[in-house]
Amino acid sequence: MLISNQTVNLTDLPIGENAKVIAVRGDNQITKRLMEMGVVPGASVRMIKSAPFGDPVEIQVRGYHLAMRKSEADRIEVQSPKSEVPSSKSQVSSPG
Amino acid sequence: MNAKITNIAEKQRTADDGKSRIPNPESQIVIALAGNPNAGKTTLFNALTGLRQKVANYPGVTVERKEGVWRTNEGEPARLIDLPGLYSLDATSLDEQIARDVLTGKLSGLPKPSVIVAVVDATNLERNLYLVTQILEYKIPVVIALTMVDVAEKESLEIDTAKLSGLLRLPVVEVQAAQKRGISELAERVFQTAAENKRDSDDVLDESLIHLSLQDDGEINRKIFARYNFISDVYQQSVKAKPTDERNLSEKIDRVLTHKFFGLIILIAVLLLVFQAIFSWANLPMDLLESGFGALGDLARASLPEGLLADLIVDGVIAGVGGVLVFLPQILLLFLFISILEDTGYMSRAAFLLDKLMSKFGLHGKAFLPLMSSFACAIPGIMATRTIENPKDRLATIMIAPFMSCSARLPVYALMIATFFAGQTVFGFISLGAVLILAMYALGIVTAIVVAWILKRTLLKSPPPPFVMELPPYRLPNWRNVVQSMLNNGWQFLKRAGTVILAISIILWALTAFPRPSDGDTSQAISQNQIAPGSQEPIDTIVTTDESCGCSLPDEAQIAEAERKAAEEKQGAALRNSYAGQLGRFIEPVIEPLGFDWKIGVALIASFAAREVLVSTLSIIYNTGKDTTEESEGLIQAVRDAKKDDGSPAWTPLTAITLMVFFVLAIQCMSTVAVVRRETNSWAWTLFMVVYMTALAYAAAFLTYQGGRLLGFG
Repeated sequence: MLISNQTVNLTDLPIGENAKVIAVRGDNQITKRLMEMGVVPGASVRMIKSAPFGDPVEIQVRGYHLAMRKSEADRIEVQSPKSEVPSSKSQVSSPG
Repeated sequence: MNAKITNIAEKQRTADDGKSRIPNPESQIVIALAGNPNAGKTTLFNALTGLRQKVANYPGVTVERKEGVWRTNEGEPARLIDLPGLYSLDATSLDEQIARDVLTGKLSGLPKPSVIVAVVDATNLERNLYLVTQILEYKIPVVIALTMVDVAEKESLEIDTAKLSGLLRLPVVEVQAAQKRGISELAERVFQTAAENKRDSDDVLDESLIHLSLQDDGEINRKIFARYNFISDVYQQSVKAKPTDERNLSEKIDRVLTHKFFGLIILIAVLLLVFQAIFSWANLPMDLLESGFGALGDLARASLPEGLLADLIVDGVIAGVGGVLVFLPQILLLFLFISILEDTGYMSRAAFLLDKLMSKFGLHGKAFLPLMSSFACAIPGIMATRTIENPKDRLATIMIAPFMSCSARLPVYALMIATFFAGQTVFGFISLGAVLILAMYALGIVTAIVVAWILKRTLLKSPPPPFVMELPPYRLPNWRNVVQSMLNNGWQFLKRAGTVILAISIILWALTAFPRPSDGDTSQAISQNQIAPGSQEPIDTIVTTDESCGCSLPDEAQIAEAERKAAEEKQGAALRNSYAGQLGRFIEPVIEPLGFDWKIGVALIASFAAREVLVSTLSIIYNTGKDTTEESEGLIQAVRDAKKDDGSPAWTPLTAITLMVFFVLAIQCMSTVAVVRRETNSWAWTLFMVVYMTALAYAAAFLTYQGGRLLGFG
């Protein structure tokens, strides 16, 4: 089920969309801070909005709201449920 | 179960009572309060300690150290330490490092805590528990105070507290601090845990967590991952989240407040409201304080025998302390707004809205709050930079904070405008004074931006700072917290600024008063003259119209005027020969290209202690009485009439603008310098700031004056 090319960076997750964190790349303070705040592999996130000048973005994780710059969101690899189950989707749509 | 616990606690209490009866602070139980920001820690701390709390700083750093006495009927009163709000204990920021030092008992005068009360927000359980898993590794017993349970219920989160307690193997007590609910149960658990700890310290530790810390040798990120896995398990077993389609209230509010367009409009409106409050609502209490200190000075003058002591007390102490206290209403109002904005959750939205803009100049969105505070006073502003984690970003923010036109510059601007630009308009309807003040604010902001941009590309070059920030849910402010924070900050400001300015005022007074003129008659005449204007024109010297001064003066005043002028010459000679006068004349060649004579030089030197001192120094120099304000008729007239030694007018409108420009850019504030030294912990950076700001101020004033002359002004 894990299809690596179906994952996207959190930055590219459309507004209102849910996804699951697959990986947090990098090995420095920023990665550590993101993970301490609960953005660890397996956590569900939801894209909420971007700020007036397009950056930073606001996400929901573990029931609270977290703001981060796009450069930070780029380190977070997510897989949205839609891309996770492409086969079941096509099954639903094909008979109709 | 409960009865059993009470029993144990009771036994322990009687045992304790027998053992230690000495109320020695060293032997007191120390309890630390730890928790995430916005978890309700402050509310709980205030509820537990009431007014029995003190705020200071940890030695050598400016992390706020809040401590209080927790009195319960469970035993001896305990020392309650409020740790800074934390997400983690990994010691990346100053706050985290201090918290670690407290937990490991490394701080002198503060024994290792016996129990830690972990404040956990029920609406944000997983992330709040992360800190708890870290605290457990310090092998100090933990009691969880679960807050916001009522809010969690409204959000359809059902928390099984007993299960949570069982899984974590920690006592969990639901508290609603604002309603004082759960406080006594918390006390019971905490003191019982403290008593148990005396017998067996490792009992409370969770085995799974010991196991967890065994695999710690691996990389940090794996450790974080493992902690969250444990937390997710606990969460899934103890919390039932009923599915709701309804987005929570905060998200609805945010649709407006962080809207791409309206969000910015609202932010500007909020800022305008804050400034309006600081600059106009504070006027009444400021005037009251000012006339109060004037009256106090008169009273002291009247009741003390004339001489050095009276001069010292009236001109040095009362004028100095009064000069600082006058700004207290503005400072309090600013802190009131800041704590409301922070308590409601709006402050982080402001950082969210402005981060992109600020990052263009190399600043962090979190620099917004310190810079905004600096419009009232750079001291709290610079202190507020400690929320910025990256040291270089923090330093850049500190370096530019004093460019924000603080409230101490206002009296100077006000005096200059009242003297030279009153009643003048631009385009026939906009007050020239307002335009000038706005221009001075803009000059400060633009300079700050340029300097930040340069610093971030040269001395303070670092990769773009991380911006990972919680946007807490909107909450109504807890008024008790707001007022308490306002008073604490106001008191800290008074202590910090008051001591320095008081000392400088006394030194300054001494500089202008010594060496005493040898002729006894002269000094008599001078000191008599010093009282004269004050007693003739009581408090109603504060006049709102400023044009009709010379012409409509009554005869009596004209006589006084003539007397004043005669005495002025003697006074001028005394000042000229005082140490301050000698200093002023010494720097005259340097400030002459700015259009300033040695008398303005004396005021400039004095104002390096604190900007607003310029006004009182000018009134000493021009001898217009001690209780003059920037709006008083006497000083305005004296400035207009002042002559240079060669007889030409000392002031022109161009000189006034030059002086204002100088004041925008120069670091004329001893308290700020002291705070910068403490915050940066570096004399080099402090010195750098003093030098570059003074150089910049001089250059800009030079350009203003000489440029103005070339264009035919002045």
